[in-house]
Amino acid sequence: MLKKIEAIIREDKLNDVKEALRAIGIVGMNCFEIRGHGRQGGIKLSGRSGSYQVDMLPKIQLNIVLSDHNLEETVKTLVAAAKTGESGEAGDGLIFVYPVDEVVRIRTGERGHEAVMYPDDIDTRKGGR
Amino acid sequence: MADPAALNPGDTGWVLVSSALVLMMTPALAFFYGGMVRKKNILSTLNLSFIMLGLMGVQWVLYGYSLAFGPDVGGLVGNLAYLGFAGVGQEAGPYSDTIPHLAFAAFQMMFAVITPALITGAFVERVRFKTFLLFSLVWATIVYDPLCHWVWAKGGWLGGMGALDFAGGTVVHVAAGFSALAFALAIGPRKGYPKAPMEPHNIPYTVLGAGLLWVGWFGFNAGSALGANGLAANAFVTTNTATAAAALSWMLCAWRENRPSVLGIATGAVVGLVAVTPAAGFVTPMGAMVIGALAAPISYYAIRFRQNRGLDESLDVWACHGMGGLWGALATGLFATKSVNEAGADGLFYGNPGLLLTQFLAVAVTVVFVFVVTYVLAKILDATLGLRVTPAEEEVGLDLSEHGEQAYS
Repeated sequence: MLKKIEAIIREDKLNDVKEALRAIGIVGMNCFEIRGHGRQGGIKLSGRSGSYQVDMLPKIQLNIVLSDHNLEETVKTLVAAAKTGESGEAGDGLIFVYPVDEVVRIRTGERGHEAVMYPDDIDTRKGGR
Repeated sequence: MADPAALNPGDTGWVLVSSALVLMMTPALAFFYGGMVRKKNILSTLNLSFIMLGLMGVQWVLYGYSLAFGPDVGGLVGNLAYLGFAGVGQEAGPYSDTIPHLAFAAFQMMFAVITPALITGAFVERVRFKTFLLFSLVWATIVYDPLCHWVWAKGGWLGGMGALDFAGGTVVHVAAGFSALAFALAIGPRKGYPKAPMEPHNIPYTVLGAGLLWVGWFGFNAGSALGANGLAANAFVTTNTATAAAALSWMLCAWRENRPSVLGIATGAVVGLVAVTPAAGFVTPMGAMVIGALAAPISYYAIRFRQNRGLDESLDVWACHGMGGLWGALATGLFATKSVNEAGADGLFYGNPGLLLTQFLAVAVTVVFVFVVTYVLAKILDATLGLRVTPAEEEVGLDLSEHGEQAYS
Protein backbone atom coordinates (compact mmCIF):
# COMPACT_ATOMS: atom_id res chain seq x y z
CA MET A 1 0.00 0.00 0.00
CA LEU A 2 1.20 3.46 -0.83
CA LYS A 3 0.39 6.61 1.13
CA LYS A 4 0.68 10.30 0.38
CA ILE A 5 1.76 12.73 3.07
CA GLU A 6 0.60 16.29 2.62
CA ALA A 7 2.36 18.37 5.25
CA ILE A 8 1.57 22.05 5.74
CA ILE A 9 4.63 23.56 7.40
CA ARG A 10 6.26 26.92 8.08
CA GLU A 11 8.25 28.35 5.17
CA ASP A 12 11.32 28.67 7.37
CA LYS A 13 11.13 25.01 8.45
CA LEU A 14 11.39 23.60 4.92
CA ASN A 15 15.13 23.14 5.07
CA ASP A 16 15.13 21.49 8.52
CA VAL A 17 12.36 19.12 7.45
CA LYS A 18 14.07 18.28 4.16
CA GLU A 19 17.35 17.50 5.95
CA ALA A 20 15.67 15.41 8.64
CA LEU A 21 13.75 13.35 6.07
CA ARG A 22 16.82 12.89 3.92
CA ALA A 23 18.65 11.61 6.99
CA ILE A 24 16.16 8.74 7.39
CA GLY A 25 16.19 7.98 3.68
CA ILE A 26 13.14 9.85 2.34
CA VAL A 27 14.67 11.15 -0.85
CA GLY A 28 11.81 12.14 -3.13
CA MET A 29 9.42 14.98 -2.42
CA ASN A 30 7.97 18.14 -3.91
CA CYS A 31 6.37 21.22 -2.46
CA PHE A 32 3.90 24.02 -3.16
CA GLU A 33 4.06 27.56 -1.89
CA ILE A 34 0.60 28.08 -0.44
CA ARG A 35 -1.29 30.60 1.68
CA GLY A 36 -3.65 29.94 4.49
CA HIS A 37 -4.46 30.02 8.16
CA GLY A 38 -5.65 27.67 10.87
CA ARG A 39 -7.35 28.17 14.21
CA GLN A 40 -5.17 31.13 15.11
CA GLY A 41 -6.60 33.04 12.13
CA GLY A 42 -3.40 34.77 10.98
CA ILE A 43 -1.17 37.35 12.60
CA LYS A 44 -0.88 41.09 13.11
CA LEU A 45 1.64 43.06 11.06
CA SER A 46 2.97 46.56 11.75
CA GLY A 47 1.48 49.11 9.36
CA ARG A 48 2.09 52.79 8.72
CA SER A 49 0.24 53.78 11.85
CA GLY A 50 -0.71 50.89 14.11
CA SER A 51 -1.11 47.31 12.99
CA TYR A 52 -3.31 45.30 10.70
CA GLN A 53 -4.48 41.70 10.59
CA VAL A 54 -3.20 39.38 7.88
CA ASP A 55 -5.16 36.14 7.63
CA MET A 56 -3.63 34.35 4.63
CA LEU A 57 -0.04 33.61 5.55
CA PRO A 58 2.54 32.02 3.29
CA LYS A 59 3.15 28.32 4.08
CA ILE A 60 4.78 25.35 2.39
CA GLN A 61 2.86 22.24 1.43
CA LEU A 62 5.21 19.27 1.20
CA ASN A 63 4.10 16.23 -0.80
CA ILE A 64 5.64 12.79 -0.22
CA VAL A 65 4.47 9.43 -1.55
CA LEU A 66 5.80 6.42 0.38
CA SER A 67 5.12 2.85 1.41
CA ASP A 68 2.67 2.26 4.24
CA HIS A 69 5.24 0.63 6.52
CA ASN A 70 7.45 3.75 6.51
CA LEU A 71 4.64 6.13 7.35
CA GLU A 72 4.93 6.23 11.14
CA GLU A 73 8.67 6.86 11.24
CA THR A 74 8.39 9.54 8.55
CA VAL A 75 5.55 11.36 10.29
CA LYS A 76 7.44 11.34 13.62
CA THR A 77 10.56 12.73 11.97
CA LEU A 78 8.54 15.37 10.17
CA VAL A 79 6.75 16.49 13.34
CA ALA A 80 10.01 16.73 15.26
CA ALA A 81 11.66 18.80 12.52
CA ALA A 82 8.72 21.09 11.76
CA LYS A 83 7.92 21.98 15.37
CA THR A 84 9.01 25.36 16.74
CA GLY A 85 11.19 24.88 19.81
CA GLU A 86 10.44 22.11 22.31
CA SER A 87 6.73 22.61 22.80
CA GLY A 88 5.69 24.00 19.41
CA GLU A 89 3.70 27.12 18.57
CA ALA A 90 0.46 28.01 16.83
CA GLY A 91 1.18 28.08 13.12
CA ASP A 92 3.47 25.04 13.07
CA GLY A 93 1.09 23.34 10.64
CA LEU A 94 -0.74 20.07 9.96
CA ILE A 95 -0.05 16.71 8.34
CA PHE A 96 -2.64 14.95 6.17
CA VAL A 97 -2.24 11.33 5.05
CA TYR A 98 -4.09 9.84 2.08
CA PRO A 99 -4.14 6.45 0.39
CA VAL A 100 -2.60 6.39 -3.10
CA ASP A 101 -4.13 4.16 -5.80
CA GLU A 102 -1.24 4.04 -8.21
CA VAL A 103 2.14 5.54 -9.03
CA VAL A 104 3.82 5.30 -12.44
CA ARG A 105 7.41 6.33 -13.05
CA ILE A 106 7.32 7.86 -16.52
CA ARG A 107 10.90 6.97 -17.56
CA THR A 108 10.65 3.22 -16.87
CA GLY A 109 6.94 2.54 -16.67
CA GLU A 110 7.46 0.99 -13.21
CA ARG A 111 4.36 0.97 -11.05
CA GLY A 112 3.44 0.97 -7.36
CA HIS A 113 6.20 0.46 -4.82
CA GLU A 114 8.87 0.11 -7.54
CA ALA A 115 8.00 3.53 -8.85
CA VAL A 116 8.78 5.29 -5.57
CA MET A 117 12.04 3.47 -4.82
CA TYR A 118 15.38 5.24 -5.02
CA PRO A 119 18.91 3.98 -4.43
CA ASP A 120 19.79 4.41 -0.73
CA ASP A 121 16.18 5.11 0.25
CA ILE A 122 14.55 4.24 3.55
CA ASP A 123 13.85 0.62 2.53
CA THR A 124 17.29 -0.22 1.16
CA ARG A 125 18.81 1.10 4.36
CA LYS A 126 16.62 -1.27 6.38
CA GLY A 127 17.80 -4.08 4.12
CA GLY A 128 14.40 -4.36 2.45
CA ARG A 129 13.84 -5.22 -1.18
CA MET B 1 17.45 91.49 -25.17
CA ALA B 2 18.95 91.78 -21.69
CA ASP B 3 22.66 91.39 -21.31
CA PRO B 4 23.26 87.65 -20.96
CA ALA B 5 26.34 88.39 -18.88
CA ALA B 6 23.99 89.62 -16.15
CA LEU B 7 22.85 86.07 -15.60
CA ASN B 8 24.70 84.13 -12.93
CA PRO B 9 26.00 80.78 -14.21
CA GLY B 10 26.06 79.29 -10.70
CA ASP B 11 22.45 80.26 -10.04
CA THR B 12 21.33 79.09 -13.46
CA GLY B 13 23.13 75.78 -13.08
CA TRP B 14 21.65 75.14 -9.66
CA VAL B 15 18.10 75.94 -10.71
CA LEU B 16 18.35 73.70 -13.79
CA VAL B 17 19.77 70.84 -11.73
CA SER B 18 17.06 71.45 -9.12
CA SER B 19 14.42 71.27 -11.83
CA ALA B 20 15.71 67.87 -12.85
CA LEU B 21 15.75 66.77 -9.19
CA VAL B 22 12.14 67.87 -8.74
CA LEU B 23 11.15 66.07 -11.94
CA MET B 24 12.57 62.87 -10.44
CA MET B 25 10.23 63.24 -7.48
CA THR B 26 7.21 62.35 -9.60
CA PRO B 27 8.43 58.87 -10.61
CA ALA B 28 9.74 58.55 -7.03
CA LEU B 29 6.24 59.32 -5.76
CA ALA B 30 4.89 56.76 -8.23
CA PHE B 31 6.97 54.07 -6.54
CA PHE B 32 6.23 55.40 -3.05
CA TYR B 33 2.53 54.95 -3.79
CA GLY B 34 2.90 51.89 -6.02
CA GLY B 35 4.37 49.76 -3.25
CA MET B 36 1.34 50.37 -1.05
CA VAL B 37 -1.35 49.10 -3.41
CA ARG B 38 -2.26 45.54 -4.32
CA LYS B 39 -0.27 44.01 -7.13
CA LYS B 40 -3.19 44.08 -9.56
CA ASN B 41 -3.06 47.90 -9.45
CA ILE B 42 0.65 48.67 -9.46
CA LEU B 43 0.89 49.82 -13.08
CA SER B 44 -2.23 51.92 -12.74
CA THR B 45 -0.90 53.55 -9.59
CA LEU B 46 2.53 54.21 -11.10
CA ASN B 47 0.86 55.72 -14.12
CA LEU B 48 -1.45 58.05 -12.19
CA SER B 49 1.72 59.87 -11.17
CA PHE B 50 3.81 59.24 -14.27
CA ILE B 51 1.23 60.54 -16.75
CA MET B 52 1.38 63.92 -14.97
CA LEU B 53 4.83 64.34 -16.49
CA GLY B 54 3.04 64.27 -19.82
CA LEU B 55 -0.18 66.08 -19.01
CA MET B 56 1.26 68.90 -16.92
CA GLY B 57 4.38 69.12 -19.05
CA VAL B 58 2.09 70.16 -21.89
CA GLN B 59 -0.47 72.15 -19.90
CA TRP B 60 2.23 74.27 -18.25
CA VAL B 61 3.80 75.36 -21.52
CA LEU B 62 0.47 75.93 -23.27
CA TYR B 63 -1.21 78.07 -20.61
CA GLY B 64 -0.53 76.87 -17.03
CA TYR B 65 2.54 79.00 -16.49
CA SER B 66 0.75 82.02 -17.84
CA LEU B 67 -2.24 81.59 -15.50
CA ALA B 68 0.06 81.04 -12.53
CA PHE B 69 2.86 83.51 -13.15
CA GLY B 70 1.63 85.78 -15.94
CA PRO B 71 1.14 89.49 -15.26
CA ASP B 72 -1.39 89.83 -12.45
CA VAL B 73 -5.13 90.28 -12.94
CA GLY B 74 -6.70 91.53 -9.71
CA GLY B 75 -4.41 89.51 -7.46
CA LEU B 76 -6.29 86.38 -8.51
CA VAL B 77 -4.73 84.95 -11.66
CA GLY B 78 -2.14 85.63 -14.31
CA ASN B 79 -3.16 86.92 -17.72
CA LEU B 80 -2.46 85.14 -20.99
CA ALA B 81 0.77 86.98 -21.84
CA TYR B 82 2.91 83.83 -21.50
CA LEU B 83 0.67 81.55 -23.56
CA GLY B 84 2.85 78.90 -25.18
CA PHE B 85 5.80 80.35 -23.24
CA ALA B 86 5.59 83.48 -25.41
CA GLY B 87 7.99 86.02 -24.01
CA VAL B 88 9.50 83.47 -21.65
CA GLY B 89 13.04 83.57 -22.90
CA GLN B 90 16.70 83.08 -22.21
CA GLU B 91 17.06 86.47 -20.54
CA ALA B 92 16.16 87.07 -16.89
CA GLY B 93 12.44 87.25 -16.11
CA PRO B 94 10.34 89.01 -13.48
CA TYR B 95 11.07 86.43 -10.77
CA SER B 96 14.84 86.46 -10.77
CA ASP B 97 17.53 88.73 -12.12
CA THR B 98 20.19 86.05 -12.24
CA ILE B 99 18.62 83.08 -14.05
CA PRO B 100 16.86 82.81 -17.41
CA HIS B 101 13.10 83.25 -17.28
CA LEU B 102 12.89 79.82 -18.95
CA ALA B 103 14.78 78.23 -16.06
CA PHE B 104 12.30 79.67 -13.55
CA ALA B 105 9.36 78.49 -15.66
CA ALA B 106 10.88 75.01 -16.00
CA PHE B 107 11.54 74.78 -12.25
CA GLN B 108 7.94 75.75 -11.52
CA MET B 109 6.71 73.27 -14.12
CA MET B 110 8.01 70.39 -12.01
CA PHE B 111 5.93 71.62 -9.06
CA ALA B 112 2.86 71.77 -11.29
CA VAL B 113 3.60 68.16 -12.33
CA ILE B 114 3.96 66.66 -8.87
CA THR B 115 1.08 68.44 -7.12
CA PRO B 116 -1.79 66.69 -8.93
CA ALA B 117 0.25 63.46 -8.76
CA LEU B 118 0.24 63.73 -4.96
CA ILE B 119 -3.57 63.70 -4.91
CA THR B 120 -3.73 60.34 -6.66
CA GLY B 121 -3.02 58.45 -3.44
CA ALA B 122 -6.59 59.21 -2.41
CA PHE B 123 -8.32 57.26 -5.17
CA VAL B 124 -5.95 54.51 -6.31
CA GLU B 125 -7.33 51.07 -7.18
CA ARG B 126 -10.75 52.35 -8.29
CA VAL B 127 -10.55 55.54 -10.34
CA ARG B 128 -11.55 55.60 -14.00
CA PHE B 129 -8.47 56.69 -15.94
CA LYS B 130 -10.29 58.83 -18.50
CA THR B 131 -12.17 60.77 -15.82
CA PHE B 132 -8.98 61.13 -13.82
CA LEU B 133 -7.17 62.74 -16.76
CA LEU B 134 -9.93 65.30 -17.16
CA PHE B 135 -10.07 65.90 -13.41
CA SER B 136 -6.34 66.54 -13.23
CA LEU B 137 -6.37 68.93 -16.16
CA VAL B 138 -9.28 70.93 -14.78
CA TRP B 139 -7.89 70.82 -11.21
CA ALA B 140 -4.54 72.17 -12.40
CA THR B 141 -6.32 74.93 -14.28
CA ILE B 142 -8.85 76.12 -11.71
CA VAL B 143 -7.16 75.14 -8.44
CA TYR B 144 -3.38 74.90 -8.79
CA ASP B 145 -2.67 77.69 -11.23
CA PRO B 146 -4.71 80.34 -9.36
CA LEU B 147 -3.47 79.21 -5.93
CA CYS B 148 0.10 79.30 -7.18
CA HIS B 149 -0.58 82.84 -8.39
CA TRP B 150 -2.10 83.93 -5.07
CA VAL B 151 0.94 82.80 -3.08
CA TRP B 152 3.96 83.17 -5.35
CA ALA B 153 3.23 85.44 -8.30
CA LYS B 154 3.94 89.15 -8.34
CA GLY B 155 0.67 90.73 -7.25
CA GLY B 156 -0.84 87.51 -5.81
CA TRP B 157 -3.09 88.41 -2.89
CA LEU B 158 -1.94 85.82 -0.33
CA GLY B 159 1.71 86.54 -0.91
CA GLY B 160 0.90 90.24 -0.81
CA MET B 161 -0.66 89.74 2.62
CA GLY B 162 2.75 88.56 3.86
CA ALA B 163 2.06 84.81 3.94
CA LEU B 164 5.32 82.86 3.73
CA ASP B 165 5.60 79.67 1.71
CA PHE B 166 9.19 78.96 0.79
CA ALA B 167 8.74 75.94 -1.45
CA GLY B 168 5.09 74.98 -1.50
CA GLY B 169 3.76 73.97 1.91
CA THR B 170 0.36 75.43 1.12
CA VAL B 171 0.49 75.64 -2.68
CA VAL B 172 1.61 72.04 -3.10
CA HIS B 173 1.03 70.04 0.07
CA VAL B 174 -1.97 71.56 1.81
CA ALA B 175 -3.61 71.89 -1.61
CA ALA B 176 -2.94 68.27 -2.58
CA GLY B 177 -3.79 66.89 0.86
CA PHE B 178 -7.16 68.56 1.28
CA SER B 179 -8.07 67.95 -2.36
CA ALA B 180 -7.32 64.28 -1.72
CA LEU B 181 -9.68 64.31 1.24
CA ALA B 182 -12.46 65.89 -0.85
CA PHE B 183 -11.94 63.44 -3.71
CA ALA B 184 -11.95 60.44 -1.37
CA LEU B 185 -15.29 61.57 0.06
CA ALA B 186 -16.69 61.97 -3.46
CA ILE B 187 -15.49 58.65 -4.89
CA GLY B 188 -16.14 56.43 -1.86
CA PRO B 189 -14.15 53.49 -0.54
CA ARG B 190 -12.56 50.67 -2.48
CA LYS B 191 -14.73 47.59 -2.90
CA GLY B 192 -14.54 45.57 0.29
CA TYR B 193 -12.92 48.31 2.36
CA PRO B 194 -12.25 48.01 5.29
CA LYS B 195 -13.06 44.31 5.65
CA ALA B 196 -11.08 42.83 2.77
CA PRO B 197 -7.34 42.83 3.40
CA MET B 198 -5.57 45.50 1.34
CA GLU B 199 -1.97 44.89 2.20
CA PRO B 200 0.84 46.88 0.61
CA HIS B 201 2.20 44.50 -2.03
CA ASN B 202 5.79 45.76 -2.24
CA ILE B 203 7.09 47.81 0.68
CA PRO B 204 10.59 47.89 -0.84
CA TYR B 205 9.15 50.04 -3.69
CA THR B 206 7.76 52.42 -1.09
CA VAL B 207 11.09 52.70 0.70
CA LEU B 208 12.87 53.21 -2.61
CA GLY B 209 10.35 55.89 -3.54
CA ALA B 210 10.75 57.65 -0.19
CA GLY B 211 14.53 57.63 -0.58
CA LEU B 212 14.35 59.14 -4.06
CA LEU B 213 11.82 61.72 -2.86
CA TRP B 214 14.28 62.72 -0.15
CA VAL B 215 17.01 63.30 -2.75
CA GLY B 216 14.67 65.12 -5.12
CA TRP B 217 13.42 67.34 -2.33
CA PHE B 218 16.78 69.11 -2.17
CA GLY B 219 15.86 70.47 -5.58
CA PHE B 220 12.38 71.32 -4.38
CA ASN B 221 13.45 73.24 -1.26
CA ALA B 222 17.04 74.35 -1.79
CA GLY B 223 16.22 75.05 -5.44
CA SER B 224 13.50 77.42 -4.28
CA ALA B 225 16.22 79.85 -3.23
CA LEU B 226 16.53 80.33 -7.02
CA GLY B 227 20.26 80.71 -6.61
CA ALA B 228 23.45 78.92 -5.64
CA ASN B 229 23.83 80.80 -2.41
CA GLY B 230 23.70 80.75 1.38
CA LEU B 231 19.93 80.63 1.46
CA ALA B 232 19.99 77.48 -0.70
CA ALA B 233 22.47 75.95 1.75
CA ASN B 234 20.18 76.85 4.65
CA ALA B 235 17.19 75.27 2.90
CA PHE B 236 19.29 72.20 2.09
CA VAL B 237 20.28 71.69 5.72
CA THR B 238 16.86 72.47 7.21
CA THR B 239 15.30 70.03 4.75
CA ASN B 240 17.60 67.22 5.74
CA THR B 241 17.36 67.96 9.45
CA ALA B 242 13.56 68.03 9.58
CA THR B 243 13.38 64.83 7.55
CA ALA B 244 15.86 62.99 9.73
CA ALA B 245 14.01 64.07 12.89
CA ALA B 246 10.63 63.07 11.46
CA ALA B 247 11.84 59.61 10.43
CA LEU B 248 13.15 59.00 13.97
CA SER B 249 10.07 60.47 15.58
CA TRP B 250 7.75 58.29 13.47
CA MET B 251 9.82 55.26 14.39
CA LEU B 252 9.34 56.06 18.07
CA CYS B 253 5.57 56.56 17.66
CA ALA B 254 5.34 53.13 16.03
CA TRP B 255 7.64 51.49 18.54
CA ARG B 256 5.55 52.67 21.49
CA GLU B 257 2.56 50.72 20.16
CA ASN B 258 4.07 47.98 18.14
CA ARG B 259 7.24 47.36 16.21
CA PRO B 260 9.00 50.06 14.18
CA SER B 261 7.73 49.27 10.68
CA VAL B 262 9.95 50.29 7.78
CA LEU B 263 6.83 51.50 5.96
CA GLY B 264 6.28 53.85 8.90
CA ILE B 265 9.86 55.11 8.99
CA ALA B 266 9.77 55.85 5.24
CA THR B 267 6.44 57.62 5.69
CA GLY B 268 7.91 59.65 8.55
CA ALA B 269 10.71 60.85 6.30
CA VAL B 270 8.23 62.03 3.67
CA VAL B 271 6.15 63.81 6.30
CA GLY B 272 9.27 65.60 7.54
CA LEU B 273 10.01 66.72 3.97
CA VAL B 274 6.46 68.00 3.62
CA ALA B 275 6.47 69.91 6.90
CA VAL B 276 9.76 71.70 6.30
CA THR B 277 8.81 72.72 2.76
CA PRO B 278 7.15 76.06 3.61
CA ALA B 279 9.78 76.79 6.27
CA ALA B 280 13.03 75.65 4.65
CA GLY B 281 14.29 79.11 3.71
CA PHE B 282 13.00 80.94 6.79
CA VAL B 283 14.03 78.82 9.78
CA THR B 284 17.26 77.62 11.39
CA PRO B 285 18.37 73.98 11.39
CA MET B 286 17.27 73.66 15.03
CA GLY B 287 13.88 75.13 14.19
CA ALA B 288 13.61 72.58 11.38
CA MET B 289 14.45 69.77 13.76
CA VAL B 290 11.50 70.66 15.98
CA ILE B 291 9.22 71.06 12.94
CA GLY B 292 10.17 67.59 11.69
CA ALA B 293 10.00 65.89 15.07
CA LEU B 294 6.47 67.17 15.70
CA ALA B 295 5.25 66.59 12.14
CA ALA B 296 5.52 62.82 12.54
CA PRO B 297 3.10 62.38 15.48
CA ILE B 298 0.65 64.81 13.86
CA SER B 299 0.45 62.74 10.68
CA TYR B 300 0.72 59.46 12.56
CA TYR B 301 -2.39 60.20 14.61
CA ALA B 302 -4.12 61.85 11.64
CA ILE B 303 -3.88 58.45 9.92
CA ARG B 304 -5.37 56.83 13.01
CA PHE B 305 -8.20 59.37 13.03
CA ARG B 306 -8.87 58.72 9.35
CA GLN B 307 -8.86 54.94 9.88
CA ASN B 308 -11.20 55.18 12.85
CA ARG B 309 -13.64 57.18 10.76
CA GLY B 310 -13.67 54.32 8.24
CA LEU B 311 -12.69 56.73 5.48
CA ASP B 312 -10.81 55.17 2.56
CA GLU B 313 -8.47 58.02 1.69
CA SER B 314 -6.34 55.17 0.57
CA LEU B 315 -2.69 56.25 0.86
CA ASP B 316 -3.17 59.01 3.44
CA VAL B 317 -2.43 62.02 1.29
CA TRP B 318 -4.51 64.14 3.65
CA ALA B 319 -2.79 62.89 6.80
CA CYS B 320 0.73 63.14 5.37
CA HIS B 321 0.62 66.08 2.96
CA GLY B 322 -2.47 67.96 4.14
CA MET B 323 -1.77 67.84 7.86
CA GLY B 324 2.03 67.80 7.46
CA GLY B 325 1.82 70.85 5.20
CA LEU B 326 -0.64 72.57 7.51
CA TRP B 327 1.69 72.06 10.46
CA GLY B 328 4.66 73.24 8.43
CA ALA B 329 2.87 76.41 7.33
CA LEU B 330 1.82 77.24 10.89
CA ALA B 331 5.26 76.32 12.22
CA THR B 332 6.74 78.81 9.78
CA GLY B 333 4.72 81.38 11.69
CA LEU B 334 6.42 80.19 14.87
CA PHE B 335 10.02 79.56 13.86
CA ALA B 336 10.71 81.98 10.98
CA THR B 337 13.50 84.44 11.59
CA LYS B 338 14.92 87.30 9.57
CA SER B 339 18.37 86.21 10.66
CA VAL B 340 17.98 83.37 8.16
CA ASN B 341 16.22 85.29 5.41
CA GLU B 342 16.05 89.07 5.31
CA ALA B 343 13.23 88.83 2.75
CA GLY B 344 11.15 86.70 5.12
CA ALA B 345 9.73 87.70 8.48
CA ASP B 346 10.07 86.95 12.18
CA GLY B 347 7.70 84.38 13.67
CA LEU B 348 6.04 84.17 17.08
CA PHE B 349 9.17 82.85 18.79
CA TYR B 350 11.08 85.83 17.44
CA GLY B 351 8.58 88.32 18.79
CA ASN B 352 6.10 88.66 15.94
CA PRO B 353 2.73 86.99 16.59
CA GLY B 354 1.29 88.64 13.46
CA LEU B 355 3.01 86.20 11.12
CA LEU B 356 1.32 83.22 12.75
CA LEU B 357 -2.06 84.82 12.12
CA THR B 358 -1.16 85.49 8.49
CA GLN B 359 0.01 81.91 8.07
CA PHE B 360 -3.20 80.64 9.64
CA LEU B 361 -5.28 82.74 7.27
CA ALA B 362 -3.36 81.56 4.22
CA VAL B 363 -3.80 77.93 5.26
CA ALA B 364 -7.48 78.39 6.03
CA VAL B 365 -8.14 80.04 2.67
CA THR B 366 -6.24 77.28 0.89
CA VAL B 367 -8.06 74.50 2.74
CA VAL B 368 -11.52 75.90 2.07
CA PHE B 369 -10.79 76.82 -1.54
CA VAL B 370 -9.23 73.51 -2.60
CA PHE B 371 -11.66 71.37 -0.63
CA VAL B 372 -14.80 73.00 -1.99
CA VAL B 373 -13.66 73.26 -5.61
CA THR B 374 -12.27 69.71 -5.67
CA TYR B 375 -15.40 68.24 -4.10
CA VAL B 376 -17.74 70.00 -6.51
CA LEU B 377 -15.55 69.14 -9.49
CA ALA B 378 -15.36 65.47 -8.47
CA LYS B 379 -19.12 65.30 -7.95
CA ILE B 380 -19.79 66.84 -11.36
CA LEU B 381 -17.42 64.38 -13.02
CA ASP B 382 -19.01 61.52 -11.10
CA ALA B 383 -22.47 62.48 -12.35
CA THR B 384 -21.30 62.83 -15.96
CA LEU B 385 -18.36 60.56 -16.84
CA GLY B 386 -18.28 58.50 -13.64
CA LEU B 387 -15.33 58.59 -11.24
CA ARG B 388 -15.11 54.84 -10.70
CA VAL B 389 -14.57 51.79 -12.81
CA THR B 390 -17.29 49.12 -12.60
CA PRO B 391 -17.20 46.70 -9.65
CA ALA B 392 -16.08 43.91 -11.98
CA GLU B 393 -13.24 46.03 -13.39
CA GLU B 394 -12.21 46.98 -9.86
CA GLU B 395 -12.15 43.33 -8.85
CA VAL B 396 -9.91 42.35 -11.76
CA GLY B 397 -7.62 45.30 -11.04
CA LEU B 398 -6.99 48.47 -12.99
CA ASP B 399 -3.79 47.21 -14.62
CA LEU B 400 -5.81 44.76 -16.66
CA SER B 401 -9.14 46.58 -16.94
CA GLU B 402 -7.85 50.10 -17.65
CA HIS B 403 -4.48 49.45 -19.29
CA GLY B 404 -4.69 45.90 -20.65
CA GLU B 405 -1.43 45.01 -18.97
CA GLN B 406 -0.05 42.87 -16.19
CA ALA B 407 2.87 44.06 -14.08
CA TYR B 408 4.24 40.70 -13.11
CA SER B 409 3.92 37.72 -15.41
